[in-house]
Amino acid sequence: MFKYFFSIRKLGFAVVLVLTLMTFFLTARSEATEKEPIKVGVLHSLSGTMSISEVAVKDATLMAIDEINQKGGLLGRKIVPIVEDGASDWPTFAEKAKKLILKDKVAVVFGCWTSASRKAVLPVFEKYDHLLFYPVQYEGLEASKNIIYTGAAPNQQIMPAVSWLLKQGYKRFFLLGSDYVFPRTANLIIKKQLKVEGGVVVGEEYTPLGHTDYSTVISKIKAAKPDVIFNTLNGDSNVAFFKQLKAAGITADDIPVMSVSIAEHELIGIGAENAEGHYAAWNYFMSMKTPENEVFVRNYKARYGQDRVTDDPIEAGYFGVYLWAEAVKKAGTTDVKKVREALRGIKYKAPEGWVKIDPTNNHTWKIVQIGKIRKDGQFDIVWSSGKPIRPEPFPPLVSNKKVIAPGKIVNR
Amino acid sequence: MDITIVLSQIFNGLSLSSILLLIALGLSITFGIMGVINFAHGEFLMIGAYTAYVLQKLSIANSGGSLFLLSLPAAFVVAALIGLLLERSLIRFLYGRPYESILATWGLSLILQQLARNIFGANNVEVASPGWLQGGLTVMEGLQLPYNRLFIMAVAVLCVSGMYFYLYRTRSGRRIRAVMQNRQMSACMGIKTNRVDAMTFAIGCGLAGIAGAAVSLLGSIGPSTGQNYIIDAFMVVVLGGVGRLSGTIAGAIMIGTMSPLFEFVTTSSMGKVIVFALVIIFLQWRPSGFFTLKTRTVD
Repeated sequence: MFKYFFSIRKLGFAVVLVLTLMTFFLTARSEATEKEPIKVGVLHSLSGTMSISEVAVKDATLMAIDEINQKGGLLGRKIVPIVEDGASDWPTFAEKAKKLILKDKVAVVFGCWTSASRKAVLPVFEKYDHLLFYPVQYEGLEASKNIIYTGAAPNQQIMPAVSWLLKQGYKRFFLLGSDYVFPRTANLIIKKQLKVEGGVVVGEEYTPLGHTDYSTVISKIKAAKPDVIFNTLNGDSNVAFFKQLKAAGITADDIPVMSVSIAEHELIGIGAENAEGHYAAWNYFMSMKTPENEVFVRNYKARYGQDRVTDDPIEAGYFGVYLWAEAVKKAGTTDVKKVREALRGIKYKAPEGWVKIDPTNNHTWKIVQIGKIRKDGQFDIVWSSGKPIRPEPFPPLVSNKKVIAPGKIVNR
Repeated sequence: MDITIVLSQIFNGLSLSSILLLIALGLSITFGIMGVINFAHGEFLMIGAYTAYVLQKLSIANSGGSLFLLSLPAAFVVAALIGLLLERSLIRFLYGRPYESILATWGLSLILQQLARNIFGANNVEVASPGWLQGGLTVMEGLQLPYNRLFIMAVAVLCVSGMYFYLYRTRSGRRIRAVMQNRQMSACMGIKTNRVDAMTFAIGCGLAGIAGAAVSLLGSIGPSTGQNYIIDAFMVVVLGGVGRLSGTIAGAIMIGTMSPLFEFVTTSSMGKVIVFALVIIFLQWRPSGFFTLKTRTVD
């Protein structure tokens, strides 16, 4: 009797237990499918020397994510950004990228600025077959299937700028750059291009990153008597260079400077009156008159302060999120491989106009423009390609390689 | 070669010497005389530069005029006060412990940089040269000496002669030298060595502040501005001979005139390499620099 009673009680207990567990799991599961947010990684330098530039790009990326969330999110789910600090230190970038992929299990990562940081995270994204949106113009000669390049390739910034200068009658070029991979590769391309299109290089100088005394370089420029200076300096050096060029009595009327790393954001530090009348080549300028840009600038200022400015990498950081979101909608999932497939040829109307991911090389079709620096730190657009230009990460002038499919690079 | 280029290179050499002298002067006090290896020295320079920036903001808000001249003494006071505070709270516990002070002041430098980033933002900012410092003195066709560089030379000469006068001709300056040469003896003579330490460190930091306000005329100001100058400052002091003002002057002139020369005949990166290599070779030959302080103490 006692035995019988005990087993009944045991059975009842087991049944209740199983039922409770089942309801618990079922509700948890249905909750998960309804509400589980999409995690995305944002990886920029928030401290160290590069934070000057990267904080603003991070801000634009977060703004795009919030805008999407306000419109109801993506696939009915909220996007939650996980922000990591790369600290201007390349191994840290690689470490944080690994953490975002493996620990946080993010669906995509937006980030990096310098080519050095991109090269550091590249093996991580390839090893785990993941996805990075890279928002800055760069020297080309790379096309990973795991990276979407939303900044300009060389043929979308440097090469059109050289052609334009030659067309204006500037034949004698002085090449000035910081001493690292981007300026050296850029100048290699420029030198080849000048040989083909009929210009000469009268001087070529590289200064260490962070160099602040340009008096000797300016003496060399005076001695070489160029028509134009092609400037690939990066960071603080630009400020010293422009201030000292002006103090030495060389104005934009004497020798104009064409820059490819100075945008509205950098002009705040340089002081626009020091660089007035000089040129820069970009895909986007804050002074563009498209309706999308007016909304973008207004929202950015409203969110981060009226004294803030937008510029090319900031805009690329912003529309990169939208391109990804479009691909997720098309794929109907956040699965990295499916999103990557869906990204091929995806289009979005960005502040700079239509942008499109090239289906073979993962770079972005972009409009090219040249601006003349105004006293107020904005640009007067003096030339525009009018329509988006196809990206060519391996310019035929310097490379015998070409991309035939994402990640597939062959000899020409 | 064009005569104007030769002349402007000579001017560049003198100009760079004056800049190096100005940034190394404060360090020659704290590192050279006191023996504190202060890696945060560059950050005091940055503090001085930001003082000039803040004053400029205030003056634009108030009158539209520029208070740039006032920013030099203001930078001295602000940097000296922060230096005093840090000496009392941190540095004084590190006297005679070079390894710890390297690490601690390195950390301090990172903290100060991040503080500046939080207060002023990560963006570099600009101190506009006042109207009377813009442009330059045209000596002949194609040779223009920028006023802001001439101004920095004047400031450097003024600071060095001021320091000479202070250290060798005033009572409190003599007290500093006495304490640094023989601490126990000075204490026995009734000098409050604690107070002298604090004041000396504050003066060194203040001088860095002046240098910061002055170099803001040349480039931009950012949280990491000090990092651009710290290595040069140490090199000048070490080359000149630790402990002597005259050594710092000699070091600054040597490096200042050599760099533009080598930079002109080679490239900027190569010029720097050659200068560093020569300094290393020179220090092999004379490990204690140009001028050495002959003392009886063995420490």
